Amino acid sequence: MKTFRRRQVLRTTALAAIMLAAGIANPASAQDRKSVKIGYAISKTGPNAGGAGITTLPNYQLWIKDVNDAGGLELPDGSKLPIEVVEYDDRSSSEEVVRAVERLATQDEVDFMLVPWGTGFNLAVAPLFDRYGYPQLAVSAVTDKAPQFVQRWKKSFWMLGGGHDYAKALAAILAEAGKTGAINNRVAMVSVADGFGIDLVTAARPAFEETGIEVVYDKTYPVGTSDFSPMINEAKASGADTFVAFSYPPDTFALTQQAQVASFNPKVLYLGVGTGFPAYGKNNGENATGIMSLGGIDPNNQANTDYRKRHEAVTGTAPDYWGSVITYASLQMLQEAIKRKGLDREAVSAELASGTFQTVVGETRFEDNQLRTLWWTGQWQNGTFVGVAPGDRAGVSKVVLPRPEWKQN
Amino acid sequence: MLVTALLSGLVLGGTYALVAMGLTLQYGIARIMNLAYGEVVIAAAFLAYTLFTAWGISPVAGLLIAAPAGFALGYVIYGVMMRPLVARAWDKASLEIDSILATFGLLFVIQGVLLVVFGANFTSYSYLNVAVNVLGTTLAANRLLAFVLAAVFAGGLYLLLTRTLWGTALRAVSVAPGSAPLVGIDVDRAARMAFALGGALAAAGGVVISMYQTFTATSGVVFTMKALIVVIMGGVGNILGALSAGLILGVVETFVATYLDPGLTLAATYAIFLVVLLWRPSGLFGRIAR
Amino acid sequence: MNRDIVFATAGFVAVVAALASVPVFAGPYGVTLMIGLLGYVTLASAWSLFSGPTRYVSLATVAFFGLGAYTVAVFGESLSYPLLLVVAGLIGLGLAVVVGLATLRLAGVYFVIFTFGLAELVRQLVTWYEVNMTGTLGRYIFLPVTPEGIYWQLLALAALTFVIAWAIGRSRIGLALKVIGDDEVVASHCGIDIARVKLALFAVSSVIITLVGAIQAPRWTYVEPSIAFNPTISFLTLIMALLGGANRLYGPMLGAVPLFLLFEWLSANFPNHYSIILGLLFIAIVFVLPRGVLAFVEEHWTRLRGNDTRAGKGAAE
Repeated sequence: MKTFRRRQVLRTTALAAIMLAAGIANPASAQDRKSVKIGYAISKTGPNAGGAGITTLPNYQLWIKDVNDAGGLELPDGSKLPIEVVEYDDRSSSEEVVRAVERLATQDEVDFMLVPWGTGFNLAVAPLFDRYGYPQLAVSAVTDKAPQFVQRWKKSFWMLGGGHDYAKALAAILAEAGKTGAINNRVAMVSVADGFGIDLVTAARPAFEETGIEVVYDKTYPVGTSDFSPMINEAKASGADTFVAFSYPPDTFALTQQAQVASFNPKVLYLGVGTGFPAYGKNNGENATGIMSLGGIDPNNQANTDYRKRHEAVTGTAPDYWGSVITYASLQMLQEAIKRKGLDREAVSAELASGTFQTVVGETRFEDNQLRTLWWTGQWQNGTFVGVAPGDRAGVSKVVLPRPEWKQN
Repeated sequence: MLVTALLSGLVLGGTYALVAMGLTLQYGIARIMNLAYGEVVIAAAFLAYTLFTAWGISPVAGLLIAAPAGFALGYVIYGVMMRPLVARAWDKASLEIDSILATFGLLFVIQGVLLVVFGANFTSYSYLNVAVNVLGTTLAANRLLAFVLAAVFAGGLYLLLTRTLWGTALRAVSVAPGSAPLVGIDVDRAARMAFALGGALAAAGGVVISMYQTFTATSGVVFTMKALIVVIMGGVGNILGALSAGLILGVVETFVATYLDPGLTLAATYAIFLVVLLWRPSGLFGRIAR
Repeated sequence: MNRDIVFATAGFVAVVAALASVPVFAGPYGVTLMIGLLGYVTLASAWSLFSGPTRYVSLATVAFFGLGAYTVAVFGESLSYPLLLVVAGLIGLGLAVVVGLATLRLAGVYFVIFTFGLAELVRQLVTWYEVNMTGTLGRYIFLPVTPEGIYWQLLALAALTFVIAWAIGRSRIGLALKVIGDDEVVASHCGIDIARVKLALFAVSSVIITLVGAIQAPRWTYVEPSIAFNPTISFLTLIMALLGGANRLYGPMLGAVPLFLLFEWLSANFPNHYSIILGLLFIAIVFVLPRGVLAFVEEHWTRLRGNDTRAGKGAAE
C-alpha cells in the first residue's frame, strides 16, 4: 500500500514540476514593438479593494483609455505605441503583491509598472521596483520616512507627503483661528489604530503642542469600529471647540452621521480618509459645509475640472478630492517622461527626478524624489472640497470657521 | 453616563443580535455552517441602497422586499446546494466540513457578483439618521430600529419555536435529526424552512445595517464572523442565546470604550467571548452534551 | 517493510534535493512562485499535523503566522538571524501551550470559532500595544535575506514537517491520535492521556506555523497587524488541507499545490472575475471530490490497476 501511494505522489510531483518549468522558461519576446507593456497589481478583492477602487484603479483605467484613444504613448521620435495592460489582483495580501510584481518584472517583462494601493504595499514592492530598475511613483502612501526611502531606493518617488505635513498644516490653521478668538485652543482627537491613523496622530501631538493647542481627549479605536457614540459623548463633554478624527472611510461616514444624531457641533470638524469622497459630499449635502480633511483642489484650475468631468464620464464615478488627481498626475508625468526619453527606464527615472511636467494639478516636479506641492488641508465649501493650506500656494481658498451647525433634516 | 453607556451598548448589541439570529437558525437547525452568510447580508444592503437611491423606495419598505427575497434565496440554495451534501454526509463532522467548503465557494461567488455589479467602492447612504431621546439618552433612530427589530424577531421566533407544533418539529430536527423522522417529521423540509428563514433574517439585517453602516462588496466576512461569535457564545440554534450574546457584546464594547479605552473594544469582545466559552464550552444557552 | 523505508527515504531525499536546485534554473519569478507554494504546503501540512488526526479544525493559523512575522519585525535589528528564528519559535511555543491548555475543553465548532477569536484577539492586542507603547504601527524589516535564502529555509522547514508527520504516523502517539480522532471516550478508556498528546501536537504544529511567518516576513519589507494577521491565511490553509485530505501524509500537499497554482492562474488571467470563477470551482470540487483529492486519486488509481484488495484498504482508511 505504501509503495503505490508513494509512486503516484512522486509522479504527480514530477508532472507539476515539469509544468512549472515549462511555464517559467517561457520567454517574452517582442523585437518589433507593437505596444508598450504596462503592468500593475492592485487589490481588486479583499479589505483594500475599497480604497484601491476609488483612488487608484479608476485613474489607471482612465489614463490608459486617454492614452490609447490618442493613439498611444508617444516616444521621442514622435511615433506612438498603444498601451498593452497586464493586470493582476493582489487580493489585499502582501505576499501576493510581492509575487505579482515579481511576475510582472521577470515573467511578463513589462516596460513600466504602476504601483499598488496603500502605504504598506508600496513599501512591500519597493525593493522589487528597485532591483529590477523600475521607477516607482508611489501615490497612495503617506509616510514621513520618504527622505530615507529615497536614499534606499533611488528610483522611488513619494507623492502624497507625510503625517507631519498634514498635522502641521492643521495645527497652523487652528492656532490662527485661536488667535482671532473664533475657537478655543482645546482639541478632542480620535484616530484609527492602523498605519494611517497612528502616523497622523503621532505627528499631530507635537505639532499641536508647539502651537499651544491643548489636547483634552486623545483616543485610538480599532479598525472596524462601527459605534462612535462613546467617543462623541466624551468629546462633547470635553468642551473642545475642535474635533479631529484621523479616520478611515467607514469611520468617517459613521462619525459624520453620529455627530449629527448627537447634535455634536464642534466649531472645527476635521475628519480623515473618505471626507474627500464624492459620496461624502452627496450624502451630506449642505451639512458637509465647513468640514475639513486632508487634500483638496483648486476650484479654478481648469485642467483639474476637465479631468474630474472626464473621470466621471469614463469610469462612472467622480474622483475623490485627495489621492485621485495626484494618481492621474503621476501617470501624466510618466507619460511625458517616456515621450522625452523613450522606454529606457533608467533615463525615464532620471527625467522624472529632474524634469518639470504639466499635469492636471498644474506645473509639477519632484524635490528629492518627493512631490511637495500638495494641499495639506481642504475644506468643503459650496459643494466642492477646496484646498485651504498651505496658504501661500496659488489657488488657495480661504478657510471658513467656525463651520455652520448641523441642519436637521 | 452609566445609563447612556448602557443604552448605547444595548442598541449596538441589537445590531449584532439581529445579524446573528439567521445564522443560529441555519447552523442550529439546518446544520449548515454557512460561511456565505455575511455575503447575503451585504447583498441585501446593496439591494436596499439601490432601491433607495435609484427608485426612492425607503429602506423600511425595502425590508418587505428584501426579506422575502432572502427567504427565496435561502430556499433555493438549500435545495440546490445543501441537500445533496446533507444526503451524502455520513456523520455530523463530514457535513460540517462539506458545508464549510461549499459555502466558502458560495461566498466567493456572491462577492464576485457584487464586485462586478457594484464595484469595490465604499457604499453608504443615510436614512432615519435622526435623534431619538430615550431616558435622557440620544440614540439614532436607525440603530434603535435595528434593536427593536432584533427584539421583535427574537421574541417572535422564540414563541414560534416553543409554542407551535411546527416550531417543535424544527427543534426536534435540531436536537436529533436522526430520530426526528421516526415521529413523522420531514427533516428535509424542516431544515429547508430553517435555512430559508435564516436567509430572510440575514436580508432583513442587511437592510437595517445599510441605513447607518458603510459597506463594500468585500465586507461580508466581517458580518459572518461577528455573527458566528454571537451564535457560538449564545449557544448554537438558540434564538434567545443569540439575542443575549449580541446584547452582552454590545454593552461590553460600549463600556470599554467609555470607561477604559476605545482601542480595546474589539480585544474586549473577543476576550469576553473566549472567557464565556471556557466557562461554558457550549455557549451561554447551549446544551451541555455535545 | 524495511526496504520500503529505504526507498521512501531515498525518494524523499531525491525530491528535496531536486527542489533545492530549483533556484539554479528557474528565474526569480519561479523562486517567488515556489516560495508561495512551499509556504502553503508547509502551513497546510503543519495544520494537518494537529487538525488531521484530532479533527479539531483550527482557525488560529494566522495568529501564529503573524506572531512569527512580528517577532522578526520587532527583533530584526537587534538579534542575529538564526537566533531570531529560535526566538520566534519559542514565542510560538509559549502561545501554543497557553492556548492548548485553555482549549482542551472545547470541541467541534466551538473550537473553530474559539481559535478564530484567538487570532483576532492576538491581532487586537498587538495593535493596542504598538499604538500605546511604541507609538508606531508599521514596522520595517530590512534584513539581508535573499529570495533564494527564504526558499531554501522554507524547503528545509517543509521537509522537516514531512519527516515529523511521517514519524508521528509511525509512532505510538500516531496510533493514539487515530483513536482520539475516532472516539475520545474510547481513547481515554485505553489509557491514552488525551490532553498531553493533543497539547504536544498542537505545540509542534504551531511552532512550525510560526516559523513559516518568520521566514516569509522579510519579503514584505513592511509589517503592520492587518498585513501580518490577515485572516485569509487561516482560511486558505484550512481549505487546502481539507481539500487534499488532512489525515494523510501527502494529503495537505495535494490540496495546497493545485489550489495555489489555481489561485495564481485565476488572478493572472481573470483579475475581474476571479472571485466568481474561484467560487464556482470550489463548489464543483466539493461535489466532485467529496473526500479530498488524495482519496479521489487513490480510488481512481486502484480502479485503473484493478487492484481490489489494496483499494479496499486505501479508500476505507
